[in-house]
Amino acid sequence: MSDFGEAFALALDMLARLDANLLSIVYLSLWVSLSALAIATCLGLPAGTALAIYRFPGRGVLVLLVNAMLGLPPVVVGLAAYLLLSRAGPLGSFGLLFTPGAMVIVQTVLVLPIIAALVHRAMEETWARYGHEFQILGATRRKAIPQLLLIGRSPVLTALLAGFGRAISEVGAIIIVGGNIAGVTRTMTTTIVLETSKGNLALALALGIVLISISIAINGLAFALAARRYAS
Amino acid sequence: MKSLRLLVLAFCAPLALLATSPARAQQSFIVLASTTSVDNSGLLGHILPIFTKKTGIAVRVIAQGTGQALATASHGDADLVLVHDPDAEAKFMADGDGLTRREIAWNDFILVGPKSDPAKVSGKKDILEALRAVWNAQVPFVSRGDKSGTDALEKRLWKADNLDPAQAGPWYKDIGGGMGAALNAAAAMDAYTLSDRGTWLSFNNRQNLVIVVQGDRRLLNYYDVIQLDPKKHPNIKRAQAKQLADWLASQEGQAAIAGYTVGGEKLFHPEADPKP
Repeated sequence: MSDFGEAFALALDMLARLDANLLSIVYLSLWVSLSALAIATCLGLPAGTALAIYRFPGRGVLVLLVNAMLGLPPVVVGLAAYLLLSRAGPLGSFGLLFTPGAMVIVQTVLVLPIIAALVHRAMEETWARYGHEFQILGATRRKAIPQLLLIGRSPVLTALLAGFGRAISEVGAIIIVGGNIAGVTRTMTTTIVLETSKGNLALALALGIVLISISIAINGLAFALAARRYAS
Repeated sequence: MKSLRLLVLAFCAPLALLATSPARAQQSFIVLASTTSVDNSGLLGHILPIFTKKTGIAVRVIAQGTGQALATASHGDADLVLVHDPDAEAKFMADGDGLTRREIAWNDFILVGPKSDPAKVSGKKDILEALRAVWNAQVPFVSRGDKSGTDALEKRLWKADNLDPAQAGPWYKDIGGGMGAALNAAAAMDAYTLSDRGTWLSFNNRQNLVIVVQGDRRLLNYYDVIQLDPKKHPNIKRAQAKQLADWLASQEGQAAIAGYTVGGEKLFHPEADPKP
């Protein structure tokens, strides 16, 4: 148990000193994960809603596929992205491999199904409850989307936080396409892998505590903002 | 409608982050595919800043097992390679991926095991004899199993004594991981494992593990720097990679390697140091 005590002390110490090295790693982690979340949101929000309210051939299969992709193994996504982004691969000329950009791409692929699937589920319920009223009022489906999203904003927020959780905690994909290069592609999770391999278990655990603290802070912030919006 | 626009804005605001990429100001850099042993031990962190200061070329290190590092390079994703598996390197050269191959440092492998030493191998000078004792005692042994330089040597040693780890019992644990993972596993289950000295000296979770066998000539560990053949890899930064390779082999680079110590112990010997 001494490792846990030491880890907490180390974590507090790092946070108190605002260790420069730690800050740059935290910054990169947040940058990569929030970028992936933003892109996945812009794609997943409309996609999930469309799946819920439009009826078209092949919709059932699409819903099944999106839900199946919730179980995408990060390491496989990372490997596939590596082969595509490698110099020898079809997208090699972009020079994205071993850059933060490559990490954003793989995390977007991992986050998108989470957001699309959870938004689909939420919007399906909302549409079942309110869709009829919208149609009586003469709104087209497309016009109803914004209102539906507003009504269902609580589960949508949950979808976004779930997506963020997947991104910030992920290591299998980003360590392959990022390469864990110090100062360039080293994030919280890849640092934890590295320090564990060096036998610095207390330090690795301390970084884990910092990571969880950041996650709690971001979730708290999101809930506080949502609560304010409800109040207003 | 206004609230919706706000909502969309709030969701997409993080996109603005994309414009503030954390990638540093465009400094000239090369990618070095290397092994975990030279990186985790702190050697590269010690010597590369000296090179960068002198030349202005930053070096981005991808630390992998030798097998993976060579694969990365053969895909054209690295500009230079620093690895330690003679057989795999020879194949890499024969495949036309490498242009020149130079030894720039050496140290040695060691057999580590629990203090209690259930296989009674402590102090043996002959590594094959020691491994045979572990085999006969059927005590836990951790194998990297990841085609790294260390893994390749371990497989060669068993083979040299006509033993086949594939036929070993459950005491032989193929963990499929890096040196650090193997040491963590060995420490957790009081097992024997083969380690390079650099990683061992800088490893901080030894628990009951100690060095039990060292000093056999067959345990020498050679680190080679390999420049890539531009015919096969036209996109690599050939000139800067050559600069680093030349510097590593130069008097200054060799002195930097010799100057890296942990707890007063030299982790890597420059190429010219006399071998035992």
